[in-house]
Amino acid sequence: MPATLFEKIWQIHKIDEDQGGALILIDRILLHERTGGIALQSLAAAGRRVAAPGQVFATIDHVVDTRPGRTEHSGTSMAARFMEVTRRETRHAGIRLFDIDDPRQGIVHVISPELGIVLPGVTLVCPDSHTGTQGALGALAWGIGSTEAEHALATQTLRVPRPRTMRVAIEGAPASGVTVKDLALYLIATHGASGGKGFAVEFAGDAVAAMDIEGRMTLCNLATEFSAFAAIVAPDDKTFAYIVGRPYAPAGASWDRAMRDWITLRSDPNARFDAELRVDAAEARPMVTWGTNPQQAIPIDGHVPESWQASPHDRRESYDRALAYMDLKPGKSVLGLPIQGAFIGACTNARLGDLKRAAAVLAGRRVHPGVRAICVPGSSTVKRRAEAEGIDKIFTAAGFEWRESGCSLCFYAGGESFGPRQRVISSTNRNFEGRQGPETRTHLASPETVAASAVAGCTADARALAH
Amino acid sequence: MQPFEPITAVALPLLRDNIDTDAIIPSREITAVSKSGLSSGLFAGWRYIGGDRGRPDPAFELNAPAYRGAQILLAGDNFGCGSSREQAVWALAEYGLRVLVAPSFNPIFFRNCVRNGVLAAMLPAAKIAEIADWVRADPQANRLTVHLGERAIRASGEREWTFAIADDARDVLLRGADPIDETLKLEERIAEFRAADRLRRPWVYEIGSRDRDSVQADTDML
Repeated sequence: MPATLFEKIWQIHKIDEDQGGALILIDRILLHERTGGIALQSLAAAGRRVAAPGQVFATIDHVVDTRPGRTEHSGTSMAARFMEVTRRETRHAGIRLFDIDDPRQGIVHVISPELGIVLPGVTLVCPDSHTGTQGALGALAWGIGSTEAEHALATQTLRVPRPRTMRVAIEGAPASGVTVKDLALYLIATHGASGGKGFAVEFAGDAVAAMDIEGRMTLCNLATEFSAFAAIVAPDDKTFAYIVGRPYAPAGASWDRAMRDWITLRSDPNARFDAELRVDAAEARPMVTWGTNPQQAIPIDGHVPESWQASPHDRRESYDRALAYMDLKPGKSVLGLPIQGAFIGACTNARLGDLKRAAAVLAGRRVHPGVRAICVPGSSTVKRRAEAEGIDKIFTAAGFEWRESGCSLCFYAGGESFGPRQRVISSTNRNFEGRQGPETRTHLASPETVAASAVAGCTADARALAH
Repeated sequence: MQPFEPITAVALPLLRDNIDTDAIIPSREITAVSKSGLSSGLFAGWRYIGGDRGRPDPAFELNAPAYRGAQILLAGDNFGCGSSREQAVWALAEYGLRVLVAPSFNPIFFRNCVRNGVLAAMLPAAKIAEIADWVRADPQANRLTVHLGERAIRASGEREWTFAIADDARDVLLRGADPIDETLKLEERIAEFRAADRLRRPWVYEIGSRDRDSVQADTDML
């Protein structure tokens, strides 16, 4: 019987299955200091041991200070405590930790592909909601809570309700200046933030085939904001070329053997999905969010919906609350809103390609005087490579702060914020109330749009600055 | 975990859609590496004026004397969306909210509830609105009874609503079971499965023990 890619991976990992779900073998577990330390601490307190520490990797990203010259104690005392517990517990359990001074350190979903930890066809879990990002490499990767992480660590398995399958075919060529971030926000705006709920989503179609691996990561990252259980892209030659030679990827005879398996990892031509969506890439335009949910996204040259009825997927209460929080009026143009902050970073859009595209907008330009602009590379490796290419100089010459790697101002955990009632344009994935700090107003957009807006001092269309 | 027994308690309506885990417990409120000490940070962004613990916002429902002692939360669609942080469930449970009723829940949040003995019951928004109207008339008197075994929410024996919850989740809650202990009983079976898998997919298990400098040299080249 024809099978989907999801079904093939599920089948290989299924130890048993009943109506409630399946007991699934887990190939990779990733941890970070915000949720991983407590899982290991709680596991040890219960007298349980980590079943396969060699298949577990940990990093420091969430609450670490990202200001230049950071140390263990340069951030908040809270951060120091979370890092200390993570250090102690990973050492005790024999788990690799990429600590703040380690060249491999970075945001968990950036470093895992970069180091060859995630591979096609593996099951991978992490106590972090954006774990689906790693499905871009053809893995079945999903986010869990701390207690489920304890389960995975103790047993190398998880009991999981079987998700339904959805194919999202993105077809056609996006217009010039339309990025993967824009395509993803367009999908979420069109089908709602709950559009993928309960589904393992496979992204397919010629627009996805044409994306580079980093772009596929951005797309899969935002599937979390589409409420998908997981997102996956079938591995192809681009995937294999990306993985080969990565530090923890198979090599030599092991690589050849893996490749024989990996080339079978695709949905069969007649495979049936529980749901199918089609997105016409040519219809998408550069997007920006106006509200406090990623589904409240509109084209950058558009206007805030005139009423809650005109805002797809919104109820009156959420529409009204979003307008009040963001200090916007119905029908207001989203172009030209004065901003006080601009942020390029996070597991969504802080890889080398993202920074290069933003730098292309910034080259020879200056950040507007009223704007605080910050760039936080997604990993220490991204940072080193960007510096080797002189990209950091473009950012700093334009007036951006150039930081150490971490999650940073994507959320408020590092203790830093752009401030209450400050309007921020951000390459991140969540515009929830308070996400970037109490009363901070977040507009999500592509790194190009963030760069163009930083220069203009207000929300701006990067296409106007191109060339 | 304790088996989930039927409860009768005050219910608190908070009928907003997409209440995310940042709203349930803002990241800044998670200061200790601990599963406890979180309840004072519950809904902190809405609960306190300017984030000041000494200034509860009287306009926020949770602070109203009428809802003192609430153990049941009535919420909007997609409750618990956003970050996977389990502190959201720990904070709700520590505050005393043991039953959450919403049209739908974020899946990670839902599983976090089950793992902590918190009942996340699904009911259509219109029915939740009906219940909320009844509760609001006199919150301390109009208590709800929640019976998981019968999937029932009852209003003073007068009216009854049937909620939905996945069978396996209901079973774990009713038994007060620890899923880790249950899976560990299958340890031998899992070991056999892994041994066979190792032969079939050796590359998954052959992870080099690379030192940091050789890794840096490699990744900087790619």
